[in-house]
Amino acid sequence: MEKVLMKGNEALAEAAIMAGCRHFFGYPITPQTEVAAYMSKRMPEVNGLYLQAESEIASINMVLGAASAGVRVMTSSSSPGISLMGEGISYMAGCDLPAVIVNIQRGGPGLGGIQPAQSDYFQATRACGHGDFHLMVLAPNSIQEIVDLTQRAFNLADIYRTPVMILGDGILGQMMEPVTLERIPEAELPEKSWATTGTSGKRRKNITTSLWLQPDKLEKSNFARFERYALIQQKEPLWEEYLTEDADIVLVAYGAVSRICKNAIIAAREKGVKAGLLRPITLWPFPSRPLLELVDRVKTFICAEMSMGQMIEDVRAAIAYRKPVTLCGHTGGVVHTPEEILAQIEAANGGTQP
Amino acid sequence: MIVFERPKALSDVATHYCPGCTHGIIHRLVAEIMDELDICGKTVGIAPVGCAVLAYDYFECDMIEAPHGRAPAVATGVKRALPDSCVFTYQGDGDLAAIGMGEIIHAAARGEKITVIFVNNAIYGMTGGQMAPTTLPGQVTETSPYGRNTDISGYPIKVCELLAGIDGTYYAERVAVDSVKNVLQAKKALKKAFSNQCQGLGFNVVEVVSSCPTNWGLSSSKALEWLRESMLPYYPLGVYRDMGKKDEATV
Repeated sequence: MEKVLMKGNEALAEAAIMAGCRHFFGYPITPQTEVAAYMSKRMPEVNGLYLQAESEIASINMVLGAASAGVRVMTSSSSPGISLMGEGISYMAGCDLPAVIVNIQRGGPGLGGIQPAQSDYFQATRACGHGDFHLMVLAPNSIQEIVDLTQRAFNLADIYRTPVMILGDGILGQMMEPVTLERIPEAELPEKSWATTGTSGKRRKNITTSLWLQPDKLEKSNFARFERYALIQQKEPLWEEYLTEDADIVLVAYGAVSRICKNAIIAAREKGVKAGLLRPITLWPFPSRPLLELVDRVKTFICAEMSMGQMIEDVRAAIAYRKPVTLCGHTGGVVHTPEEILAQIEAANGGTQP
Repeated sequence: MIVFERPKALSDVATHYCPGCTHGIIHRLVAEIMDELDICGKTVGIAPVGCAVLAYDYFECDMIEAPHGRAPAVATGVKRALPDSCVFTYQGDGDLAAIGMGEIIHAAARGEKITVIFVNNAIYGMTGGQMAPTTLPGQVTETSPYGRNTDISGYPIKVCELLAGIDGTYYAERVAVDSVKNVLQAKKALKKAFSNQCQGLGFNVVEVVSSCPTNWGLSSSKALEWLRESMLPYYPLGVYRDMGKKDEATV
């Protein structure tokens, strides 16, 4: 299949259309605005809808309505906008509605900056809103992976009836790479018999709600959701391992930072230091098992992330705190250099090799 | 011969509404209209947060319970996904005129082909009688115990007048359900608001001036008297915008 040169944000939008998404609701915010711009141009060509909302609060609730109506729907934003969506995301989780939410992260807190960051890891994997719930969180590290994972995100959302987040960063959103726009294999999807499409007088009414005033009923609905989460944790973790077979030092990194780590690992190996990389592709469910399987052979782990240390907590928990894990962190839009990661690898190895 | 029966679109359940509350009348009118227009099967209703939060249990059409104030955005999502459906929101004054002001204004500005039923009882009912954006100057509530002081809390919002000033609004009328005459007029207005949508015309809003005997601390009949004496002068009934009858556009 022919390769085309595409920007991350645009590839993401096209992949959503390939996945059958014909409804996009959004609000402009840097550095994800190209997703909206692409959708506004492309959707009319495929009889789809691009609708610009008055706020992220409105756009996530439009997503809620469209998802309840049974269509494939997406919104995209960047960090401060995702905070505004927190309420709606919590309701969508509580209503068991499938949708894809894109966060092309920028630096924070507050208005922060507009340069790449990974400081919304906690928000994405822990607390995107109030209440007991999880999002599935997918973290691509290339434009090709954006194309594949975006399509996968729609399937996962439909299969597990959950909002799925694609967590990118400003680097991935803005950079260009050649990609193959190929459909991923069709998944077997459940029928949306719960959708509020109108009864047509043929069935009892459907109700989309997250309200359960009786405590036992609310607990039952949460238990049912967490049974699905258990299935997700069992079946859906995705990760990539790079030169981990003989590694003494294993880096853990996702998204754009994982690519910089690979360069540092190659440089380290040229110097005789056995370094490797474990790259989580799903951040929730977090790939804990493969990390734990490395723990006996590995001397030390380095968590490289564009934050003050968020994923590092999952890494430490995954290896049951049995080996040291050090942070190689940057924040506010500052991006790691291969050299500084290499220096940290060498330091972890007990200093520069002769 | 049956002369009076429960509309098919109204569920056969007891509601949780307080005695003397007019939500029951408004629910019944909406259900009667769904029956008369034969649209229950293609209707999706959006319930608010507030006293009508459980409205999804009372109508026989598909229903969604929206986050507080967001019903017009949720309705937009449904209507844009299902353009042939009939979508209504049912919202109180806290939901629509306070926390949800952004969503309602922009739904109107976009001319969403939906029907908005706005129940204005000048108070937060479900949380126990706090000051609403529609609470009258001087009105005593739990959070305006000395009466609404406009120096501190500003002025009530006149929703129909506000929405009538937006180009995307097709039809805006304020009605009340305090008397037989007014109930009949309310039904006419609501039916128009649904019929318009069925013909692809919108945005439609009907404001219903309503009573809250429980939180006003009045008997049912005294509450209706207070509604007539205090609310209607501030919130005059009538058609505020009707693009189907442009020459009678304003009162």
